[in-house]
Amino acid sequence: MKELRLMKGNEAFAEACIRAGADGYFGYPITPQSEVMEYLMAQKTHERTGMVTLQAESEIAAINMVYGGAGCGKRVLTSSSSPGISLKQEGISYIAGAELPCLILNVVRGGPGLGTIQPSQSDYFQSTKGGGHGDYKLIVLAPASVQEMADFAGLGFELAFKYRNPVLILSDGAIGQMMEKVLLDVQKPRFTMEEIRKNTPWATIGKTPDRDHNIITSLDLESIKMEQHNHELQKKYRAIEENEVRYEKFSCEDAEYAFVAYGTSARICQKSIELARAEGIKVGLLRPITLFPFPKKAIKEMTSKVKGILCVEMSAGQMIEDVQLAVEGRVKVEHFGRYGGIVHSPSEIVEALKKQIIGG
Amino acid sequence: MTEEIIIAGFGGQGVLSMGKILAYSGVMQNKEVSWMPSYGPEMRGGTANVTVIISDERISSPILHEYDTAIILNQQSMDKFEHTVKPGGLLIYDPNGITRFPERKDINIYSIDAAETAGKLGLSKVFNMIVLGGFLKLKPIVEMEYIHKGLEKSLPARHHVMIPENEKAIETGKGLINPVLVLN
Repeated sequence: MKELRLMKGNEAFAEACIRAGADGYFGYPITPQSEVMEYLMAQKTHERTGMVTLQAESEIAAINMVYGGAGCGKRVLTSSSSPGISLKQEGISYIAGAELPCLILNVVRGGPGLGTIQPSQSDYFQSTKGGGHGDYKLIVLAPASVQEMADFAGLGFELAFKYRNPVLILSDGAIGQMMEKVLLDVQKPRFTMEEIRKNTPWATIGKTPDRDHNIITSLDLESIKMEQHNHELQKKYRAIEENEVRYEKFSCEDAEYAFVAYGTSARICQKSIELARAEGIKVGLLRPITLFPFPKKAIKEMTSKVKGILCVEMSAGQMIEDVQLAVEGRVKVEHFGRYGGIVHSPSEIVEALKKQIIGG
Repeated sequence: MTEEIIIAGFGGQGVLSMGKILAYSGVMQNKEVSWMPSYGPEMRGGTANVTVIISDERISSPILHEYDTAIILNQQSMDKFEHTVKPGGLLIYDPNGITRFPERKDINIYSIDAAETAGKLGLSKVFNMIVLGGFLKLKPIVEMEYIHKGLEKSLPARHHVMIPENEKAIETGKGLINPVLVLN
């Protein structure tokens, strides 16, 4: 039986991680996501399921603890907010290079630098285009509700292990801090050592006589081997693009115009749709749920129906580049952004639609 | 039914917990709810506010810039939120600490002497529930039975002995609400 609770996004994510059978959380506090670790600590996860919850000495230590745990085939995660995620980028690149599964939550705040503690979406480039060094991709999930903060914990682990790839949940301060109803899954057991041996034969949990040493590394000084490794990575990313695109459409059946927005912006756009439709403007919304892989095809298909697309982001314009690539110039694409911790009002989005798309 | 509410005052007045109890009561009555707090430095001794939405339908945006009801508990919040009430909407304020009274002529305005009464009756811990009572008198969007359940859910078990006092405060608040400007 699922359990109904009223929870903050951060708490719902933490609870869902426990229930997804997580083995370890390693983090360092930063607003607006400190409730994740606070909640896990208060739950005494070591007593509840045996899960380790550890406050590391720094973000860099935390991500490297995740690297270690992931190398042992464990379900491990970390969470932080923008400046802390920047600190973790080296470790994330190593984990992606070593092809290990893990879950990373970024509850985005306004930047650059220490910026502000209010919500923002200005880490899209960092999340989807690299962030750290080297040719790698994260699977990026963008929750738009407290329910999805919970659901994407389980889904995140599932995808991470399916592809042996880090999964990043790109949330923001608003979704982290707000409370909504959430239906929580039943507790899943943590992996047993037998399961780890069977399901993740690459895990470095001690050599057995029947096989060679397992080695986890992102280093290979022979360039030809490294090129081959990169080739395999790219093949994996193409498979992810093929299989894992997720998105949602609202009021698109008769739409003459469309918003493309994710996370909090997508929620606000739904209110803007109510306001615009009350004025007779037929507008819909396409909400990417996976930011990598990006729903290129769905956006391209939409261009046969709509006359223009407004990208609504709490940034100076980042996702719009992917939308423009998908649209291939077929219809007008404009950006409407608020940033630095300011969130759009539903009515100013309608005004922007009128000015930039309908009238323009 | 959709009710979009902003509750605003000083940190420590119980603004966020009032919103939480209202939201949890909504959950108990099988409504859709959202609770979006202001967070960060302004909560430490400064102003605090929370947006609560209670609806029979799926809630689109949890973040709003205009409201059906504003519950205002200090002057800074009056300055910030008076103009955000939708025309025809409702503004409730506690005159304690208010130096500039509301000036709008296109909204319904009620006052509630919650701080003063709470002091007199020794109910200062549940001041926020007096205010909630005043709101529920005007807009009974959640039934008392579910408020009880909401209190049970949102208060930690060790504070459940306080539930009767909270309910008494809500009843007191219902009797304290005072019309200032009522539109026809």
